Amino acid sequence: MFHWLEKNPFFFAVAVFVVIAFAGLIEILPNFAQASRPVIGTKPYTTLELAGRHVYIKNSCNACHSQLVRPFKSETDRYGHYSLSGEYAYDRPFLWGSKRTGPDLMRVGNYRTTDWHENHMKDPAAVVPGSIMPAYGWMFKNKADVDTAYAEQVTVNKVFKTPYNAELPMADGSKVKVALADSVEAARASALEEAKVIAADMKDQDVKDAVAKGEIPEIVALIAYLNSLK
Amino acid sequence: MENRPLEYDYTVAKMFMLTTVVLGIVGMLVGVILAWELAFPAVNTIAGSGLAEYTNFSRLRPLHTDAVIFGFTVSGIFATWYYVGQRVLKVSMAESKFLMALGKLHFVLYILLVASVVGSLLLGITTSKEYAEFEWPIDIAVVVVWVIWGMQIFGLIGIRREKSLYISIWYYIATFLGVAMLYLFNNMEVPTYFVSGGIGAWYHSVSMYSGTNDALVQWWYGHNAVAFGFTVPIVAMIYYFLPKESGQAVYSYKLSLLAFWGLMFVYLWAGGHHLLFSTVPDWMQTMGSVFSVVLILPSWGSAINMLLTMKGEWQQVASSPLIKFMILASTFYMFSTLEGPIQAIKSVNALAHFTDWIVGHVHDGVLGWVAFMIMAALFHMAPRVFKREIYSKSLMNTQFWIQTLGVVLYFTSMWIAGITQGMMWRAHDEFGNLAYSFIDTVTVLHPYYTIRAVGGTLYLVGMFLFAYNMYKTMTSGRRVEESELQSASPMGA
Repeated sequence: MFHWLEKNPFFFAVAVFVVIAFAGLIEILPNFAQASRPVIGTKPYTTLELAGRHVYIKNSCNACHSQLVRPFKSETDRYGHYSLSGEYAYDRPFLWGSKRTGPDLMRVGNYRTTDWHENHMKDPAAVVPGSIMPAYGWMFKNKADVDTAYAEQVTVNKVFKTPYNAELPMADGSKVKVALADSVEAARASALEEAKVIAADMKDQDVKDAVAKGEIPEIVALIAYLNSLK
Repeated sequence: MENRPLEYDYTVAKMFMLTTVVLGIVGMLVGVILAWELAFPAVNTIAGSGLAEYTNFSRLRPLHTDAVIFGFTVSGIFATWYYVGQRVLKVSMAESKFLMALGKLHFVLYILLVASVVGSLLLGITTSKEYAEFEWPIDIAVVVVWVIWGMQIFGLIGIRREKSLYISIWYYIATFLGVAMLYLFNNMEVPTYFVSGGIGAWYHSVSMYSGTNDALVQWWYGHNAVAFGFTVPIVAMIYYFLPKESGQAVYSYKLSLLAFWGLMFVYLWAGGHHLLFSTVPDWMQTMGSVFSVVLILPSWGSAINMLLTMKGEWQQVASSPLIKFMILASTFYMFSTLEGPIQAIKSVNALAHFTDWIVGHVHDGVLGWVAFMIMAALFHMAPRVFKREIYSKSLMNTQFWIQTLGVVLYFTSMWIAGITQGMMWRAHDEFGNLAYSFIDTVTVLHPYYTIRAVGGTLYLVGMFLFAYNMYKTMTSGRRVEESELQSASPMGA
């Protein structure tokens, strides 16, 4: 049979394809519906948080920081509750990372503040002596891309039915609604409102001035995202 | 006419040989910069704080991995295809105007693709998925370039004289199909600009999959991109170049059959080992572990088949630097495919995952196996393509030892770093509290990061020697006759 295949390239290619596609079908398909169910307390990102997530991705923060707490005592001691599948239901793409040059950030919002992030992103080694993380000064100048974040919200809402404008159950029994703006102008305005809350806790005068003028520096969006990681 | 040997046309092969060398240097240079940045963070602002955005670790890291995978390795795959394909199918590219024109188009589009990848990654335009960072417009271009390569493979097969497909061709076909399948499914994404009616950046997209599903598809891709980029096509190369250079027949046809079909079936299951102790189902994690261990069989099948091909001719390893490169590549392949399964065992993975040991594993595979084999292939091709003797044998020997030392420094330091860090993360004191803060586990790595940077730098020096030797071969090597090109490549002192 193999000699025959080696003389018949078409059937050879078909045979190879069947053999390599087999594992994917068995391993990936059955899990799809199961894994995408959100757990209680999981909610979609706001416009500013999503813009911050884009800053995180733009700078490949995931190259050095994981967002996956494994179920070991040493990890739950350090980072909090181990990760549950449903917590990632609205993460497109996932940001688990594959290397921890720096610590895990899955629940960084529980134990770091806006003020801490501001100082740390400006000069990591000043906050954590011995840190090898580079400084991210340009994030204080570059402006966050709120429009693209809004476009993504609209897209996931339309295509994947991500539940914006819907009441979602929280762990304490309350209900929370994450609003999706009607227009890009409204999205910019609501992102700015969120940004003002963050900027109020910051010390950098340029950032404060920018937000007062209606602009949103990348650092503000990034901190909004990091604070949302809980 | 009938009795004259075929004149093969290496125009396109030469073009891709050039990009193999150039992108190899670029990818590894970026890697060396990254290594020094981890050892000495001041290197992050080496071009001044104004340009720090483009020189810092996180922005450069995807550029390093993608330049080595899609630049250096894929160029090497294409270069060897345009050489090996003609020879084992006994047909010249010159016989088909269509394939010739398509081959040149293939190269031009590839160059445009490389330029757009470098530009977009430096600007931070990325999807974040490892080795699949490109946004949708570039993904489409990748598909076009890949399909052209497929047309080349099947086009040449269609007009072949040798009816039976040689082992290398099996592996090239599998590379084409495997990467096509993986790349398409992992890069399923929805452009937000169009769905939202023209809002925001036109190139931005959002993944079709979310969270755990996205991770599952990504590592099914990520692991098998290694399979079909760093293993399958490199095995294609060694099955052609080692027998050719040594003048020995492949040791066992049956073993090559077993290793090929075994590799095809087993490899795809093993992706789950990147997700051990994550939120993907437990049964899938265990499958990933088990199949990773089974993967030793087909991997070692090929490697042993290659080593035994040298049976009775081991003196060639001592006398020929070209054989040295291939035998060391094969040995590193065995080593790396033993190390991988060990890391895929759950208890070891609990320690090794997220540490530098994984980085070490990738590099002993890529530097020791992939890059050594690709460079050996190019060394073997050079005299046949340029009709000149390899410029310097002693330079080849020097390169070999410098790079071998570089790889050894690299993986030993990363082993120690990885295991040290993994042990420190989990250490508890007598009261059950964590013994170390995270930063303790970073500062302790400084000496190993420095050794790694030195190892990487040595390897890069070897790359420059390689480029110089190739350049001199092309321009001033002694001209050789066809009769000198039967098996062992002619080399100058």
